[in-house]
Amino acid sequence: MERIPILKLRDFLLVSIQIDMHDRLAMTLQDDLTAEIVKQRAKAVLIDISALDLVDSFIGRMISNIAAITRVLDAETVVVGMRPAVAITLVELGLTMPGVRTALNVDRGIELLEAAIARRDAQDEAAE
Amino acid sequence: MTQLANILSTQEPAVLEEWVRYQRDSKSLRGNLIKEAEVRDQSSRFLEQFRAALSSAAGENIEGPGWASVRAVLNDISRNRALKGFTPTETASFIFSLKHALFAQLRTAFADQPKLLADELWNADRILDALGLYTTEVYQKSREEVIARQQQELLELSTPVVELWEGILAVPLIGTLDSSRTQVVMENLLQRIVDTGAALAIIDITGVPTVDTLVAQHLLKTVSAARLMGADCIISGIRPQIAQTIVHLGVDLGEVITKATLGDAFRVALRRTGFRTVRDSGGSSNAAVR
Repeated sequence: MERIPILKLRDFLLVSIQIDMHDRLAMTLQDDLTAEIVKQRAKAVLIDISALDLVDSFIGRMISNIAAITRVLDAETVVVGMRPAVAITLVELGLTMPGVRTALNVDRGIELLEAAIARRDAQDEAAE
Repeated sequence: MTQLANILSTQEPAVLEEWVRYQRDSKSLRGNLIKEAEVRDQSSRFLEQFRAALSSAAGENIEGPGWASVRAVLNDISRNRALKGFTPTETASFIFSLKHALFAQLRTAFADQPKLLADELWNADRILDALGLYTTEVYQKSREEVIARQQQELLELSTPVVELWEGILAVPLIGTLDSSRTQVVMENLLQRIVDTGAALAIIDITGVPTVDTLVAQHLLKTVSAARLMGADCIISGIRPQIAQTIVHLGVDLGEVITKATLGDAFRVALRRTGFRTVRDSGGSSNAAVR
């Protein structure tokens, strides 16, 4: 059965979606990713969808869900590399993904996550 | 039909002369838009094809293949007049005014045969009416082509995406925002975000005359789409009147940053991207430094 690989990169998990997502694959990814976050104690998840040129409402909601789940597991999510056509489709479907961080490419995504993690650490220290 | 063709072939110069004179004297000829020589030329071209179609027994249906050359001439004339600014009435009068000259000829030819005269008049009347209506149709069609082309040009003209600074884009919107324009603006903006790698976009609505719920919704859609791509949007150029309208309509602009002027928005954008603006102590010029 095909799976989407989840790479560990320092404190991050990197998920690059290179093939057209179908519903079962999305469900598998959700399961794998949550398991991996707990196992690796990842602080953040970076989902690269630059190769995705077809998105339906199910996949859109899936991405939102993954972001919500990672937040519950105390990790940040950033979705990077969304294509213009995909962005327009999601907006037309009414899926504006509030609460999901987005960035133009992987570089920017990592910058964003590092800033977010630093901010969170500072907050934690201040609380102590 | 053949009677009409016979009369035309013998009396063509006389008919043409009378027709052109009638057009010149009537109000439907606009001297400032068209020269008499051109009217004469158009009239003679039409008469020639008209006579050819009649004598070839092309039938009464002007949509038939026998009338193709007549239709071609009329296409040409109507299109020409539509572009020159004639009204539909004036364009159709070109054909209808032929009745005057033609019926006079028929009356002389069948002066002693009232029944035949009535039949021929009826025939000629029907064909000329059909041709007249055809000119109006062509007129309408060429007008619509012009309108469609202008709309397309407007769409292309009015949605530039400007790069103000590295990483900062500006979209000065001018005119009413409808769904098709929003689509174009959105596509252009998103594509430029990809091309330039910009992290901030300023949407300036100084040139948008009114903002209603629909326009606000379109703006928010654009902002949401840009955000999904990882770029933040600032909406600037909100006039006092529009600010009032937005609040009265109960439109929620959410977390979108709004500024009164493009300058204010630009200042915020510079700060966000890590620049700050300082004024030299000696002069009044602004310099941006990292």
